[in-house]
Amino acid sequence: MSEAIEIADVESERDGGVMTIRFNRPDVLNAFNASMHAALADALKEARDAAVRAVVLTGAGRAFCVGQDLRELREGTGDIAGRLRRHYHPNVVALRTLEKPVLAAVNGAAAGAGLSFAFACDVRIASDRASFVPAFIKIGLVPDSGCSFFASRLLGYARAFEWLATGRTLTAAEAHAWGLVSEVVEHERFAARTAELAASLAELPTRGAAMTKRLLERAAISALAEQLDWEAQLQSAATRTEDFAEGVAAFLEKRDPAFRGR
Amino acid sequence: MRADAVADVRPAAMSDDALVLVERDEPIAVVTLNRPKQLNALSEPLMDELVARLAELDRDDAVRCIVLAGSERAFAAGADIGELAQASAIEMLYARRVERWDTIRRLWTPLVGAVSGYCLGGGNELAMSCDLVIASETARFGQPETSLGIIPGAGGTQRLTRAIGKAKTMDVVLTGRFLDAFEAERAGLVARVVAREAWLEEAKRVAREIASRAPVAQRLAKEAIDRAFDSTLELGLEHERRLLYLAFASEDAREGLTAFAEKREPEFEGR
Repeated sequence: MSEAIEIADVESERDGGVMTIRFNRPDVLNAFNASMHAALADALKEARDAAVRAVVLTGAGRAFCVGQDLRELREGTGDIAGRLRRHYHPNVVALRTLEKPVLAAVNGAAAGAGLSFAFACDVRIASDRASFVPAFIKIGLVPDSGCSFFASRLLGYARAFEWLATGRTLTAAEAHAWGLVSEVVEHERFAARTAELAASLAELPTRGAAMTKRLLERAAISALAEQLDWEAQLQSAATRTEDFAEGVAAFLEKRDPAFRGR
Repeated sequence: MRADAVADVRPAAMSDDALVLVERDEPIAVVTLNRPKQLNALSEPLMDELVARLAELDRDDAVRCIVLAGSERAFAAGADIGELAQASAIEMLYARRVERWDTIRRLWTPLVGAVSGYCLGGGNELAMSCDLVIASETARFGQPETSLGIIPGAGGTQRLTRAIGKAKTMDVVLTGRFLDAFEAERAGLVARVVAREAWLEEAKRVAREIASRAPVAQRLAKEAIDRAFDSTLELGLEHERRLLYLAFASEDAREGLTAFAEKREPEFEGR
């Protein structure tokens, strides 16, 4: 490793119920290498702490994340499937199964597997300097780390195919028009807006939000009858949360609820 | 609405450190494996206790369906490896260890497996001895024995093959791969997958549904289905017909058919 010592490849910080996880290899536009994956895995493990009620995933410097560090491959692509299975897949799954809202704050370029990680989050906002680059095809590769899975869900087949097979760069405005991000924010206001949105996510009834995430995950593979039953089971679980009691009490007392994520 | 919505829950007549806990909530009973720290490893004493408790409940007419559950983390993670490591082959033969499992298979009372978490090796074989399995989404099924130099010995190679076919059984047994709950459901190993918050409640709900139906017919139907696995189709069909005639002779059948004609809920006596 030629990286400067004592600089973490992924930085994480807490602010109240919000945990921000920041890709931190800005000199290579936050490209993934094995040690950044390991650091991300640690951060995602920490994010399971019940005191964390919303997670922000973002990048340091100009880029969000530009996917695999090709310099790491130059020494030999080696077992790329093994690399995906060992490093990428556990982190993608960890994001999808994290039981709290995860916000991708796409501060700059998201390319290749960087897209996959933005897509694996629950909410995405973009700086007006962000761009969305399905870089795989440009070097003759195919989408990986969930990119094809998420893109086809988010975009439908026609747009997903055209986009992923041509490698066309989308601007933040185009990504917004396609529904890939829910909001585009001027770069100067981006950090403030990210913090504001994250804070509001952290005030949600966290378990209800997590169960909503699970329901939507399941909706993609369920028949209606199965989904109805699954909703009934989770609704029954939701009524046993403290936040449900608080929500009902606040409604009856005509005040704002103060959810605690329990 | 059924009348058992407000159930009579009696405290289990045993201490919390018993290897097997029994909670009667008639017309169902819940039997819980209780070695949570050992992930419910199926030691000899635990199996003895389990078979004894199940046999008691099976003789009790008030119990019309039994739920067999583990803990949230593990239904049962397999045999007690420490115990196995010390046993000799001849000791195992004389202990008639595996034969005891047949008692479970021969129960009259329908047995619903409630599986959450690890369900491995002997645990999976125990789950397959149940009449049906309700699985939490957290359930993981596997037969990892060959990594220890042994093979499944309580039906793993036979029941799993019958349940999910040769291809997947070979995959599971020879590679040690675990099936998650959804794959297990698709493969036919489990009847339903339910939310992890609801696994035990849903299993009890299914058990109460089973318990609400005519007991004689339930027992005969269970017998007929089990016969499908060790009979030709011709003999199985013949057996089924005879069991139908037997069911017809029951008072429950009179009651069921009469209640249907009179558009009211039947009241079955199990006679």
